[in-house]
Amino acid sequence: MALLTVKNLAIGYDSGVVAKDLNFEVNAGDYLCITGENGSGKSTLMKTLLGLSEKLGGEIIFGDGLKKTEVGYLPQQTMIQRDFPASVKEIVLSGAQAGMGFRPFYNAREKERARISMEKMGISDLAGRCYRELSGGQQQRVLLARALLAADKILFLDEPVSGLDPDATIKMYELIKMLNREGMAIVMISHDVREVKKYASHILHFGDEVSFEKRKEMAICG
Amino acid sequence: MDNLRIICMQASFAEKIIMYMQYPFVRYALIVGTLIALCSSLLGVTLVLKRFSFIGDGLSHVAFGGVAIASILNMTNKMVLVLPVTIICAILLLRTGQNTKIKGDAAIAVISVAALAFGYLMMNVFGTSANLTGDVCSTLFGSTSILTLTLPEVWLCVVLSLLVVCLFILFYNRLFAVTFDESFARAVGTKVEAYNLLIAIVIAVIIVLAMNLVGSLLISALIIFPALSALRIFGSFKKVTVFAALLSVTSALVGILISIVAGTPVGSTIVAVQAVVFAGCYIMGSVMKGVLI
Repeated sequence: MALLTVKNLAIGYDSGVVAKDLNFEVNAGDYLCITGENGSGKSTLMKTLLGLSEKLGGEIIFGDGLKKTEVGYLPQQTMIQRDFPASVKEIVLSGAQAGMGFRPFYNAREKERARISMEKMGISDLAGRCYRELSGGQQQRVLLARALLAADKILFLDEPVSGLDPDATIKMYELIKMLNREGMAIVMISHDVREVKKYASHILHFGDEVSFEKRKEMAICG
Repeated sequence: MDNLRIICMQASFAEKIIMYMQYPFVRYALIVGTLIALCSSLLGVTLVLKRFSFIGDGLSHVAFGGVAIASILNMTNKMVLVLPVTIICAILLLRTGQNTKIKGDAAIAVISVAALAFGYLMMNVFGTSANLTGDVCSTLFGSTSILTLTLPEVWLCVVLSLLVVCLFILFYNRLFAVTFDESFARAVGTKVEAYNLLIAIVIAVIIVLAMNLVGSLLISALIIFPALSALRIFGSFKKVTVFAALLSVTSALVGILISIVAGTPVGSTIVAVQAVVFAGCYIMGSVMKGVLI
């Protein structure tokens, strides 16, 4: 069964429907890119999938034993975060909160996972640094490390490279690709249609109408 | 010669303090003042970071309105009315704040000003007290009510403060997560609404408690100053929280002692001390940044 199945989904706000009749599924190991113009409903779709916005119709089914507390999410940066006093380690660890139930403090296993996650993202040496003093690329890697702590099977990334310089962008894409190779399903929003075609196994494009394209062959050879 | 004089002055200051400490009301004031300073600084960090610096102001005016109504109704225990009203307003204010920032801002301003105006109006029209200005002034500025605390009031304050501190420690990690990134927290299944509700209730309790100490006008200072001071210097949430708590407690102690010895109003003195500390931290932060660059 697919990790995520979307049937006849309609998304939007109180004021109206942004997109409807969305049908697609995400399987283990998939790399789905959501592309399209600003305001076409990409972010709304992701927020609806994550339960941050109400759906207007249709169905979202989490399968394969995937629980709500097992998804990872990399949201767009907010104003609050830019001057937030937090060490890298504090932020990464906060990704573990979903699996904690009513336990108030992090245990040794979660701290170990945070260490591994930071190592994977190449930010171990930044663990004690203050988040607001990091570069844009480093900040995104911190947030990705946090998302990894929350996720076992699927990651939702909302424009992970927006505002990054070209080098940091490539590095970010490589890191995401690496996670995907390790078996993590990726659902990513991006402006950059040309760039994501190199990586994506599936593309959901919001244009005049919504198209869902499989690029399986790319995934196999890529 | 000068040194000798300073030593003499210090001795007399210390003697004065020791003398005053023998009075229970001074001890009560110190205990309550310290605890309230501690609680408000803990929540202050979260509120300042969430851009809710002014919620203290807004809610304290609501509490003022509550006190006014309770006085008119001649209620013996004003808390019964003031606390629920303030909690409800806190919940409403924090809720509107989630959607759009400007709305939350405006909501705080509206509730704050309206509560203040209605409170004063009610006291004026229906008030039975002969000394209306004095009453209003003491509710707004705290005056000396902290020096007239009774033992049950001190115990109530101790119990509530301990409760706040325990809740804060237990939910510290969640509070961090919810403050830093509400969308992430919600996406991974954290009950963000529940925590916001908890924050609202706790902050309302603190404000109602703090009204005794500094009065409703100066509560914002207790919430904002320690957090801002610590934010200038430290870069991790834990350090900021701990340092804010330490600063707040120290300034409150120093402020109360000065006010007792010098006979100045308690609330204003504490806030003045905190403002000086903030200026110090501001300069220190700038110097540290300069060194880093």
